[in-house]
This record gives sequence, structure tokens and C-alpha cells, in this order.
Amino acid sequence: MAEILLSEAEKAYIHHGVQDDLRCDGRTRLDYRPIILETGLVSNASGSARLRLANSDILVGVKVELASPLPDKPKEGRLEFFVDCSANATPEFEGRGGEDLANEICRFLQRSYASGDTINLSELSVLTGQQCWVLYVDILILECGGNLYDAVSLAVKSALYATQIPSIKVATMDGDQPELELSDDPYDTKRLNTENIPCVVTLMKIGNHYLVDPTPEEECCSSSGIVVAVSGNKKITAVRKIGSGSLHPDSLVSMLKTGSEVGAVVNTILMKKLLEEETLEVSQKVGFMR
Amino acid sequence: MVDIRLASEVPPFHIVADSTEPKHLVTPGSLITKETGFMRGHGTYMQDDCLYSSVAGVVERVNQLISVRPLKSRYHGEIGDVVIGRVTEVSQKRWKLDTNARLDSVLLLQSVNLPGGELRRRSAEDELAMRQYLKEGDLVSAEVQNIFNDGALSLHTRSMKYGKLSQGCLIKVSPSLIRRQKTHFHNLPCGASIIMGNNGFVWICPTLLDDGAGGFVQNLETVPHADRQAISRLRNCVTALAHCKMMIYDTSIMHAYEASVNAGLEIKDLLLPDKIKEIALMVRKQFEMEKE
Repeated sequence: MAEILLSEAEKAYIHHGVQDDLRCDGRTRLDYRPIILETGLVSNASGSARLRLANSDILVGVKVELASPLPDKPKEGRLEFFVDCSANATPEFEGRGGEDLANEICRFLQRSYASGDTINLSELSVLTGQQCWVLYVDILILECGGNLYDAVSLAVKSALYATQIPSIKVATMDGDQPELELSDDPYDTKRLNTENIPCVVTLMKIGNHYLVDPTPEEECCSSSGIVVAVSGNKKITAVRKIGSGSLHPDSLVSMLKTGSEVGAVVNTILMKKLLEEETLEVSQKVGFMR
Repeated sequence: MVDIRLASEVPPFHIVADSTEPKHLVTPGSLITKETGFMRGHGTYMQDDCLYSSVAGVVERVNQLISVRPLKSRYHGEIGDVVIGRVTEVSQKRWKLDTNARLDSVLLLQSVNLPGGELRRRSAEDELAMRQYLKEGDLVSAEVQNIFNDGALSLHTRSMKYGKLSQGCLIKVSPSLIRRQKTHFHNLPCGASIIMGNNGFVWICPTLLDDGAGGFVQNLETVPHADRQAISRLRNCVTALAHCKMMIYDTSIMHAYEASVNAGLEIKDLLLPDKIKEIALMVRKQFEMEKE
């Protein structure tokens, strides 16, 4: 994340604020900054979403393609993640500066989706052992304002919710080769069950307390934290420790518990909003013009 | 705990011009004039005997000089401006500060007050002790003394009210939103002090005592809860005004603060997009009422 310089007095102010449960912008330790969400922006992707979490701006596009499944998993499709830190986001991402962060986020997403509880990959299978759907999830970080993991995971979940996979009929000919028939109707699609897709919660430790959704200034004051991927049914699918400081096992356990509770709340609110958005008409799309 | 909104639910805010005169607004590449005989100023370029604008802004004409003042740009320093800067480098006999200008501003060792207010020539020991006073990351309030040939600002803290800043909260806004006033240091009645740097850095801190020690004494004690609430509310008000492109000065900040208190909004509610628009509209209504 972006390196910010802070003076000693400012760091002391932030530390005392966290102790007092009143951060610089008036939030408590477990409050998120307002999130603005929109899906269906990119018309030539099967699914897309744009999420703004204060200054962080993430755009996700999902494309579906047919490919052969992995030899050890013939009945499953797969998800491929790619993160691109745009050089516009912050000066550190110039050239190849953003690659490390991009790879980290990518690998964490893959780990958090690897558990069987999150997404049912057998829904993506078309012909066992021969053809399956591969979902290419491309994440573009347009602006970096702290708390990238959370913003990326929520945007990916929204994009996958909005993804429409064309329905395919398998027609077996007289010969051995089966033929795949794509439906003519562009609206004849199926959607994935995204209930259990994980949401990521970042918890940073400042002093004796930990907080959710840190701003870049708060990230600078903290030396350690964890990133937890929480699925819809409050299960933790992946954990990663960030920062160079150390964590006591007791605080780690309490942070994991808080993380799973907060993650469950975020999950329910996000699903509610996505359902609400479906009922809106197409003319209300805002896009990038505001 | 979490507030997720759809983009279509966020209401648009219509910026209303302060004066009714139509200003000559231009965008990059638009024609300013076809007449010859004008001198080209900043923000313009000549092509085929016509003058075009290279930035988005307002055309300013002083006799024969035409220039375009951009609406959003880096800070352009004037002598006598109050600025807040963050130390990025400690060099020989000077500090380099980031003030949101095109170049880092310079704070010379001889432009800084010595502790105790002595007046003497700075010695080699003073040079070695520079880092004890200001190191990388420290915030300083200073005044622009001079402008170097390359455009870099030379700052000084030769008064007791300037110096290293202690505990508080820094907000960065666009420099064009800060009005030039008689004084940029205000002790607000709500229990906090505010310093509005002309470079767009606004500093909010617990009430400064009248005998400013020039920043040599740093107070790292816990700030009381009530003061902290006032500071957070002010911070959110300033961010809301900046978001709606309204001018930031002590009156507008106090109107926004009172409006948020009267509306019974919690401090963290001021982060929501619709509450930001509400506060800006209330401030505007207050100004209109005062005009009558």
C-alpha cells in the first residue's frame, strides 16, 4: 500500500483515538467508510462491477469462455484471477511497482476461493472431462485509498453475482463427437449461486486494539494486521498476516472472531443491495460520468 | 457498521456560481481569441495566429496579457501566504517540505527561530542539531518569504505562531478552495483550532494556547474526548465542503458545523454522500439568508 509520512504527534493522536473508540473521521473501530456500488457497467463482459470505498476505486470484469477442465478435476470449471494495479492509482504503481501488490491480492483471492464451500465449481461443467466454463476475473485498481483487499473482494463478489453464463445444450450426433449448441437468445443465461462467496475483512492492530477498514494514515501507524476471507455462512476460508510486527495468539484469536462476525454482516448487506439493484431499470445506470 | 449504496442512489450536487456574471470558461484546446497583438500568458498556446487554451479554467486578461487560470492545479505560491508543509528531506542548512506545489519548498535554517528566541548566527552545531527540531514526516506551519528563480518557495517560521505542529488532523483540499484572508489561524468556538494553509492543507487541532511556543514544546498527552469529537466533526465538515467545491474559510466551516449539530447528525454520518449534499445545501441557504 502507499507509504505515507506522518509526524510523531499525528501518530500519537491516532493511537489515542483508537483507544478512545473515536477515529479521526468519527468512526468507531468496527465501522466501514461508505461504499458505492454499481454492476453491469462494462457491456462486453459477461459480468462487471465497480466499487468505491472512500478513495479506493475498483473495477472488475468477468468473461466466460469454454475450455477443457483440469485433468484431476474433470467435473469442475475454474476461476482465474488477474489483478492490475493501474499506474493512475498512486505514484508507487508506476512501471512495475504495482506488480508485487497485484500478485499478493491475486494469490490471496485464489486461496480464499479454493475451499469447496465458497463456490460450486461443478455448476460450471459442461461436458465431463471435455468442456467446462472458465471464468476470467479481471480486477483493475483505479485508485488506492487504503483497504484494497476488502474493496477488491466485494467488487469481485458483485461482479460474479451479475455474471450471466450463456446456457448450452449438448446435442449428441450419430458420430462420437458431441456438439455444443449455444442458445440464440442472449437473455437465456444462468447465474451462479454467489451466497457463499467470501468477503475479505482487513483488521489492523494499533496499540491494544484492532480496527476494521483502515485509512492510509491508520495503516501507517500500525505494524501488524490480518486479512480474513469470510464466506456467507460465517466460515473463514483464508487468513493472511500482513505487516512486519508480531501478534499475540490471544489477540489473533479475538481478531479472527471479530473478523468473521463483521464479514457475515458485510455479506448480508451486500447481497441485499445486489438484489435491490436487479429490480432497477437499465436507464438508471450511472457509470463513470459522475 | 457498513453502509453500501448503489451509484444511482447518490444524488448529484449542482454547483451554483457565486456571481451572476458569465465568466469566460475554457477547456483545453478551445479558442480564446483570433485577434493578434495579445501577449501569451500561462495556460495558453499559439497556433496559426490564434490563441488557444491549454488548461481548463477561467480566462484572465490584464491589458494585453491573456492567461488562463486553471480551476484545479498545484499550489502557486505568493509572498506572504501561510502554508502548511510536511518535511521530506533534511539537507545542509535547509529542510525540504512538501507543500503540494510543483517543487518542494525550502525552509532555510536561518529562517527558523531558535528555542528561547535567541538571535545569533547559526553555527555548525545548530546544523548538526537540525534533525532534533524537524525530521522527515513532521508538519510545519510557515509563511512564504521569497520565491526562488525556479519557482520553489522559500519559507520562514520567524514568528511565534508558526512552527512545528503537534497533535491534530490534516486534510488536503484543492488550493483554489481556500480564500485569502487577513488571518489563517482561527480558534473556533466549538473547542478546536484550525489553520487554513493557502496550499490546500487544512490543519485541525485542539485549541491552541495564546502563548504559542513556536512549536518547540510537543504535547503528546491524550486529547480529551469532547475536543476529539469537535475535531472529527470539523474534519468531516471541511471534507464535505471540499467535495461540493465550496469555498473554505472560517465562516463557512462554522456554518457547516452548526448545521450538522442542529440536524442532529452523528459525526460518522457526515461521511455519507447524501448527508454531504445536505450540509452543503444548508450552508448555502445560510449564506443566502445572511445576504438579505
